[in-house]
Amino acid sequence: MKIAVCVKRVPDTESRIRIGAGGAGIDEAGVKFILNPYDEYAVEEALQRREKAGAGEVIVVALGPDAAQETIRVALAMGADRGVLLKADAIPPDGLAVAKALAAELRDGGYDLVLFGKLAVDDYNHQVGVMVAELLGLPCISSVAKLAIEGGAVTAEREIEGGIEVSACALPAVLTCDKSLNTPRYPALKGIMAAKKKPIEVKPAQLGAVRLQVAALTPPAERKEGRIVGEGVAAVPELVRLLRTEAKVL
Amino acid sequence: MAPRFTGVDFYGIDGLLSEEERAVRDTVRDWVEEKLLPVINEAYLEGHFPKQLIPQMAELGFFGANLPEEYGCAGLNNVAYGLIMQELERGDSGVRSFASVQGALVMYPIYAFGSEEQRKRYLPKLASGELIGCFGLTEPDFGSNPGGMITTARETSAGWLLNGAKMWITNGSTADVAIVWAKTGAVDDPRSIRGFIVPTDTKGFTAKDQKGKLSLRASDTSELVLQNVEVPKDALLPKSGGLKSPLSCLTQARYGIAWGGVGAAMACYHEALAYAKQRVMFGKPLAGFQLQQARLAEMLSGITQAQLLVLQLGRLKDQGTMTPQQVSLAKRNNVDLACECAREARRLLGANGILIEYSAMRHMANMESVYTYEGTHDMHTLILGEDITGIAAFE
Amino acid sequence: MANVLAVTEQRAGALRKVSLEVVAAARLLADQLGGTVDALVIGAPGVSAAALGAAGADRVLSAEHASFASYAPDGYAATVAAAARSGGYGAVVLAASATGRDLAPRVAVLLDAPLAMDVTGLATDGGAVVATRPIYAGKVIEALRFSSSPALVAVRPNTFQPAAAGKAGTVARTEAVVPAARVTVLEVKEAQGGVVDVAEADVVVSGGRGLKGPEHFALIEDLAGAFGNAAVGASRAVVDAGWRPHGEQVGQTGKTVSPSLYVAVGISGAIQHLAGMRTAKTIVAINKDKDAPIFKVADYGIVGDLFEIVPKLAEEIRKARAG
Repeated sequence: MKIAVCVKRVPDTESRIRIGAGGAGIDEAGVKFILNPYDEYAVEEALQRREKAGAGEVIVVALGPDAAQETIRVALAMGADRGVLLKADAIPPDGLAVAKALAAELRDGGYDLVLFGKLAVDDYNHQVGVMVAELLGLPCISSVAKLAIEGGAVTAEREIEGGIEVSACALPAVLTCDKSLNTPRYPALKGIMAAKKKPIEVKPAQLGAVRLQVAALTPPAERKEGRIVGEGVAAVPELVRLLRTEAKVL
Repeated sequence: MAPRFTGVDFYGIDGLLSEEERAVRDTVRDWVEEKLLPVINEAYLEGHFPKQLIPQMAELGFFGANLPEEYGCAGLNNVAYGLIMQELERGDSGVRSFASVQGALVMYPIYAFGSEEQRKRYLPKLASGELIGCFGLTEPDFGSNPGGMITTARETSAGWLLNGAKMWITNGSTADVAIVWAKTGAVDDPRSIRGFIVPTDTKGFTAKDQKGKLSLRASDTSELVLQNVEVPKDALLPKSGGLKSPLSCLTQARYGIAWGGVGAAMACYHEALAYAKQRVMFGKPLAGFQLQQARLAEMLSGITQAQLLVLQLGRLKDQGTMTPQQVSLAKRNNVDLACECAREARRLLGANGILIEYSAMRHMANMESVYTYEGTHDMHTLILGEDITGIAAFE
Repeated sequence: MANVLAVTEQRAGALRKVSLEVVAAARLLADQLGGTVDALVIGAPGVSAAALGAAGADRVLSAEHASFASYAPDGYAATVAAAARSGGYGAVVLAASATGRDLAPRVAVLLDAPLAMDVTGLATDGGAVVATRPIYAGKVIEALRFSSSPALVAVRPNTFQPAAAGKAGTVARTEAVVPAARVTVLEVKEAQGGVVDVAEADVVVSGGRGLKGPEHFALIEDLAGAFGNAAVGASRAVVDAGWRPHGEQVGQTGKTVSPSLYVAVGISGAIQHLAGMRTAKTIVAINKDKDAPIFKVADYGIVGDLFEIVPKLAEEIRKARAG
């Protein structure tokens, strides 16, 4: 099975995130960068599918700055075979521009499966994977939480409000992965050493026209200071009174 | 509960590490957070090593990580190996002890003193966790003075006959193989000490857990008794000879322990800081009081020094120029620091600091063992004293 | 280029509540651009669209086809794109619901138009649409300016409040485009009880480890019931422990919710959880530890034993709502 996994280098959102001087990006000093957690599910799924098929290749593709090679190497350490970096010093906020660059790279690869994480935890754009599928004319099921592939037939489950939606399509296909699809493996120490020897091809990203720009970045609105209404059961009537008269939610 | 551990790096030491060294550190750090910490309290309270972790640790390559790939090991450099020990100890000293024993005290002697056949027979299985090992050097009456051991190995027509007792042996009761150090000559001749690979199911070999420990409880510590234990000729580690053989193994382990001290200190600092920022007393967080700030500043100073110490030590080891005395300095310094950090963190946590819910007191208790084993603090003081002055003052 | 297309959502023939929010958002934009709002309804014949005019739609465009009873990704996307092209709209608004997150990117490619997802604010600046949205787990608010038309936006549920705008809502037909389906939705498995989704509920009652066991979540369900149409939420710890399903998880790796009222019971308030609920209009916290971080974001807190407080609160809420 020939599988491509698209990954993104993102800040660890547990880090302190500060708006940079100039207000157009974040201050990267001291920020730890990681492989997008949702992409880990995609990498793991690719590795498991290759293992199930008995043979195949897993190629990791990233769009980003040079440092994204380190991110690709995490996926290689998990067991992927080789990587491609589409080099772009800044990733535009326009997901369609990014999708076009990825689609251009993936188009002639002859992939049976192209996997993405459902969203990136920096921009929460939740769109690039589905856009790439549409650009390539491939079927796509997004936010997959459960997956079965039998012959060339895909059956996938995704969470929707109040239930689970079950969809089907045929390979070749694009899937975006949600949490609980699998349990991503840790990069084994031997894998980390082996990753050093696996090839990463670097080429310039062919971004589409960027038609969405960051106009401003601001911190979120401060919440008004709250208060402890009281202790124990005795405080309940007062809380209810406040919810009714002050917060007006009852 | 403290937020997810993200390390302590006041001097940007991450920038001195290579990408692989950071990646190795991150794998162990994440594993400790997600797999070790959820089970450690129960293991500690019940007083046993969490064996269910062994396959995971093996699969990720934690055992003998700095030994060559041809034997099934990860083939990492010594800084990466040190980082593994640092992160494991951040979880628990007992778990790090398991890895230290398996790697530095069982796999290392087989690698350094064994024949090629012994290496091929044992190392891959020890790396994969299929076999667990233990290191039998210390005896009931011979701790700091291992040269005085009275365990003997008499050559016979079929092989060797071992007799004696060992004590304070980590992994003793769960081990499949024991590296036993015994005197092949006169009982007062330490030059006759040699190493033997003894399968623990050999007739005459028994291991019994030592009970009543108040420290290093998530570790199996045993007595070994060898009563006319017969082993074949090829049980002998052919290149071993004299006290320097087991001591060189200890140097490997002590190197890892020096890194471990950093991990335990970091864990305590991280927990204390998170608690101080969140706990409110007299209308402001504990972190706003001068005495608590002083505690935290002391801890951070010590941790930063300790980090730089072991990083340079690791680079020297990789260069091949590291001396045992340099290891003594780092082990002594960093473990003492960890003891201090754990105790001060425990105090900052107030009453909450005596609960198992917080890790400070567990680290505090554990570090007392680490202070004493692998060369007591005092022994390392004298090792340094002799090296500096040229005058041995052990007796 | 001043008109706005609002893409509504239906399930089982009934419009979903988020549709009114989509129309409200479209109305907001249209008023600024100086245009009208067309609400697009895609479904099997017979979807009732009466509420859309009241919510602000000047026209209701109905694309009906038997195969559109439930979500059909290729058909819906093609239909939205066709309607968008034919109307020359300045903006197309969808919901950032589960369906919307799948549909909107497809429409973006078909129209070759960029998409702003999970939008919490809309404005115009010299004729250009500006969409505001949270990024970095809500630690930063980003304002994005479109430099092309139409501007595609998918709005976060529970954010744009439907207001009585009293427009005509005149119904017209529009083409239902049904290409060969590359993806087929086989079925929708309803969750037990068919409860309100946590991301769309007006009131969310969430439980954490303080409940000590899955069986005690009955208290949370009871309190949610007392509020009427409230959803049950859960912290990551209890989802990871298997007490509650992943669909209820609120937080950074679960859902982000913006209800009018969020009640956190036995939840300490880890940063990752706060990221998922800190935009709720009113937050109530019940916890036995007065130093729990949740109290820092809560508008109102009660310190004490939740096993006593929650039943009493449920009782008082029922009384307040009845009386």
